[in-house]
Amino acid sequence: MSTSSRPLSRRAFGRLAASAAGAGVLSACSGGSGRPSADAPLRIMAINHVWSQAVERRVTEFEERIGRRVSMTLLTADQLAGSYNVKLNASGTDVDVMMVRALQEQLLFGHNGWLADLSDRVADQQFAWDDFQDAPREASVTAGKVLSVPVVTERPALYYRKDLVEELGGPPRTLAALMEGARELTRRKEGFYGYVGRGQRSGAVSQWSSFLYSHGGDFVVDGKSGIGSPEATAAYEYYGRLLAGSGPPGATNMSLEQAMPIFAQGKAAFFVDADAVYSNFLDPKVSRVRETVGFAPFPAGPAGAKPHNIPSWSLGINAFSRLRDEAWEFIRWAAGPEMSAALQQEGIPGARSSVWSDPKTLSAFPPELAEAMRINAERGVGHDRPRVLQVGRARDIVGRPLVAGILGQSVRPVVRDADAEFADFLVRDNRHKES
Amino acid sequence: MPATRTTGTAGAARTPSPARPATGRRRRTFEQANRRLKWAMLTPAVVFVGLMIVFPLVFTLDLSLTDAFGAVNADSSPIGLRNFGDALGDTRRFWPAARRTLVFTVGAVVLETVLGLALAMLMRKPFTGMRWVRTVLIIPLLATPVAIGILWLLILDPTNGIANHLLEAVGVPRQEFLGSVGQSLPTLMLVDVWQWTPMMTLLLLAGLATLPEEPEEAALVDGANAWQRFRYVVLPMLGPTLATALVLRAVDALKTFDILYATKGAGGGSDFEVETLNVYAYGLTFDYQEYGSAAAVLVLFTLFIIGVVVLLRRRGGRKNA
Repeated sequence: MSTSSRPLSRRAFGRLAASAAGAGVLSACSGGSGRPSADAPLRIMAINHVWSQAVERRVTEFEERIGRRVSMTLLTADQLAGSYNVKLNASGTDVDVMMVRALQEQLLFGHNGWLADLSDRVADQQFAWDDFQDAPREASVTAGKVLSVPVVTERPALYYRKDLVEELGGPPRTLAALMEGARELTRRKEGFYGYVGRGQRSGAVSQWSSFLYSHGGDFVVDGKSGIGSPEATAAYEYYGRLLAGSGPPGATNMSLEQAMPIFAQGKAAFFVDADAVYSNFLDPKVSRVRETVGFAPFPAGPAGAKPHNIPSWSLGINAFSRLRDEAWEFIRWAAGPEMSAALQQEGIPGARSSVWSDPKTLSAFPPELAEAMRINAERGVGHDRPRVLQVGRARDIVGRPLVAGILGQSVRPVVRDADAEFADFLVRDNRHKES
Repeated sequence: MPATRTTGTAGAARTPSPARPATGRRRRTFEQANRRLKWAMLTPAVVFVGLMIVFPLVFTLDLSLTDAFGAVNADSSPIGLRNFGDALGDTRRFWPAARRTLVFTVGAVVLETVLGLALAMLMRKPFTGMRWVRTVLIIPLLATPVAIGILWLLILDPTNGIANHLLEAVGVPRQEFLGSVGQSLPTLMLVDVWQWTPMMTLLLLAGLATLPEEPEEAALVDGANAWQRFRYVVLPMLGPTLATALVLRAVDALKTFDILYATKGAGGGSDFEVETLNVYAYGLTFDYQEYGSAAAVLVLFTLFIIGVVVLLRRRGGRKNA
């Protein structure tokens, strides 16, 4: 047994240590390929939103149904996107159901093969896939595959102060009237502003899209950049004038989180943003305009009223998940007709047509808002940002002229520059899509 | 390990007795195991450094030479140094970000050093309430940068923030602070100064405590005033501590990310007004999924940091020589 007593050489010892460490790391990194034990929870990652909170409250009912524990993690949109990037780049199996923004992440996630194909699963008659509104349903399909199921939809609403707008003859029906009314009501010295809205380069793009469509433009026209068109330029100039002339200071640093409190604190007359946030203005803890807030459809521009109507949040299944059947059961339950109706009755706007035609589910919304939502959904365009792989970069390019306008600079040269950059970007993005 | 060496030498000098082969073999095994002990003790640290530092560095370097996009594990092609060329030729984002990184670091660190030194000189001699003052001084150091960012975002909100109410109360016009393209970077430099000046103060106080008193007393006897004693006696003696504090703080300031991201979001604001190289690389990775380009920017950024450290150390070394 001389071999066993021979000491290891330095090199052999190093190799052994490296192999042991490597094996340890690999076993830690790999999730294993077998089916997880019955104790392993179904892991759901979701946005911290009223929809997720309402589902979380009911999740015990689902746990009893499938006989497995459910673990729900609620994060902000940025945290959620960052987590997906990290986990899925490592082919992580520690998330099963993913709440995604169909218009922001789905194309890229689909390109990366991170989302499971749900085409066969949604064909289940009981699930009633046809019941989903057209625009959200279309947004769920990438390269002919259904990759997500919409659960929350969103349109822009015009929030206004009833007490101030009375003397103007009611809420503005056109963008021209909105501009005029906002200017008339602005009293900068008193810290009161005619209009408040998103002004951040990237964050403002989705809300600005309704202004763009209502001026007759679009982000991409016939596969080419549409942001240099006269219609888009007019929309840029309009939005810049509106916020520069009637908006609060620091508008270019404002996303929803900064703009909403200004309206809620009674410091602005008009606010255009997602209809899903209306409850913030009715909550006495955060709102001073509870009695005076009014709701109206998005005003008409030169090309009519064309607000967006989009699936803001959808559910998908991680392609690396080892609990895909259970994950689908969760989607079937959480996005099913019964749950959609129950949640809409709590004031959370869903994606199924049946719940919008049911007067019972609309009773949760203030009547004026329900009417505005119905009208906006009818007129709605199914996207609120460029439909490209790299949505983040596209929004950064498209948003530059918006910032120039809000800062009171000349918009046209910036539009020309951004248009050229966006055209180059689209070529590169198409190349990525084809790769 | 002298003990091991002694045993080893003794073992080599002595020939094992053929009458007791088992004992001799056991001793030899023990000695050899002892000799390998240093490797066994070192291995966890070597493996840790390899996995956590060397591997990411090599991986980043490798990634920077590819066109990796979308997912890190997706197919990518080697493209040589093209990502580096693209970054160095990018006058829209890369070079402005490099300039802002430098402006932020130099501005913040200079102010922190001057204020930190002034506070350290004031607190050098014992005074009533000194312990209380020192406790208060370290509070900003204990808070997390993201919490500090959100706190200042609320304080400096142009419409609802308390800062503008206070300014108005004393007759100063309202400011946009972080809402302004022009004011954002200086405002964030001041927030950084507010957070990190105490660290400079504490480091310099520690340095001052080690200085001998005799040279200062001799200067006093020779008729030097307070400024002359500080400029020609204290400051040169404090040089090594000052140089170390400067390098530590400068490297940290160069890498600032959290406070910028928490207050201005992705891209460092609407006009990229606070986008530093760190924020830019983060955006390339997490917002644009351009992993190859992001890795190239990070490699260049690392070289930039090493350059700054070498420069500061050389200057510090020359002054102290």
